[in-house]
Amino acid sequence: MFDLSGKTALVTGASGGIGGAIARALHRQGATVTLSGTRAEALEQLKASLGERTHVVAARMDDAADIDRLAKESEAAMGKLDILVNNAGITRDNISMRMKDEEWEKVLQVNLTGTFRLTRAVMRGMMKRRFGRVVSITSIVGVTGNPGQANYAAAKAGLIGMSKSLAQELASRGITVNCVAPGFIATPMTDGLTDEQKKGILARVPADRLGTPDEIAAGVVYLVSEEAAYVTGQTLHINGGMAMI
Amino acid sequence: MSDIAERVKKIVVEHLGVEAAQVKEDAKFIDDLGADSLDTVELVMAFEEEFAIEIPDDAAEKIQTVGDAIGFIKSNAKS
Repeated sequence: MFDLSGKTALVTGASGGIGGAIARALHRQGATVTLSGTRAEALEQLKASLGERTHVVAARMDDAADIDRLAKESEAAMGKLDILVNNAGITRDNISMRMKDEEWEKVLQVNLTGTFRLTRAVMRGMMKRRFGRVVSITSIVGVTGNPGQANYAAAKAGLIGMSKSLAQELASRGITVNCVAPGFIATPMTDGLTDEQKKGILARVPADRLGTPDEIAAGVVYLVSEEAAYVTGQTLHINGGMAMI
Repeated sequence: MSDIAERVKKIVVEHLGVEAAQVKEDAKFIDDLGADSLDTVELVMAFEEEFAIEIPDDAAEKIQTVGDAIGFIKSNAKS
């Protein structure tokens, strides 16, 4: 099950903890993978560890021209694009009273606008081939909210609404559009939390531990598989029971 | 040049699954031929491929009938 041999995938934010795990998992299932992100060196390292069937196209998600180039170059490198995993994302946390316009705009631009632009850019080929899988990595906070993350939560909630709309537009063409919403996952992003913060988080997680990037990647593998052809417009929550929606 | 009209009509017939007799030059893709908005996008993509041309979005929006498509392609196609 969930064999991705012959399929091609583009993963943004592949230099991060969750993005890297997603890229590895898709590759392990047989897909050819293009790794994107802003840190070219980390991407090249991941490419070296994965070996064949791997390409790197570094790109900035806050730059419209760069996003178009990313879509073109990854399609050119792999010959076609079947699977897009929108994983790139940034945070600029601040309580709303103190949040600057730049902090709001930057997060919306990268996490939401950039994701829309890239998805739009790859749709044409998917429509022509009557096959496509788009999975956007949103977040539990896009559904529950989180103090200090009005910008991030708005962008992540936006991804869910966007995906539902695209799902309806594209369902008749064999293209599914879904989201995966991680809870608290052990990554370099959460390593920065203090023990006290971690304790506070775990008090809200019935599973009583942080999730792993591999557990997120497994959800993505399912949603991009042939087997999940009838699943579209959904958000798969992977959060140890932290929120049940 | 009538060749272009025939090729356009053939694409429309194949893509929308309509009878060739329905594909008159004044037939509107959406109102008369049952296309949805995504079909019109795909038709434009098919025309671009068939005639090796680029149809910009603002021009594509004006292509509402079979005749509009033939007219645009006649004035823009190289072959």
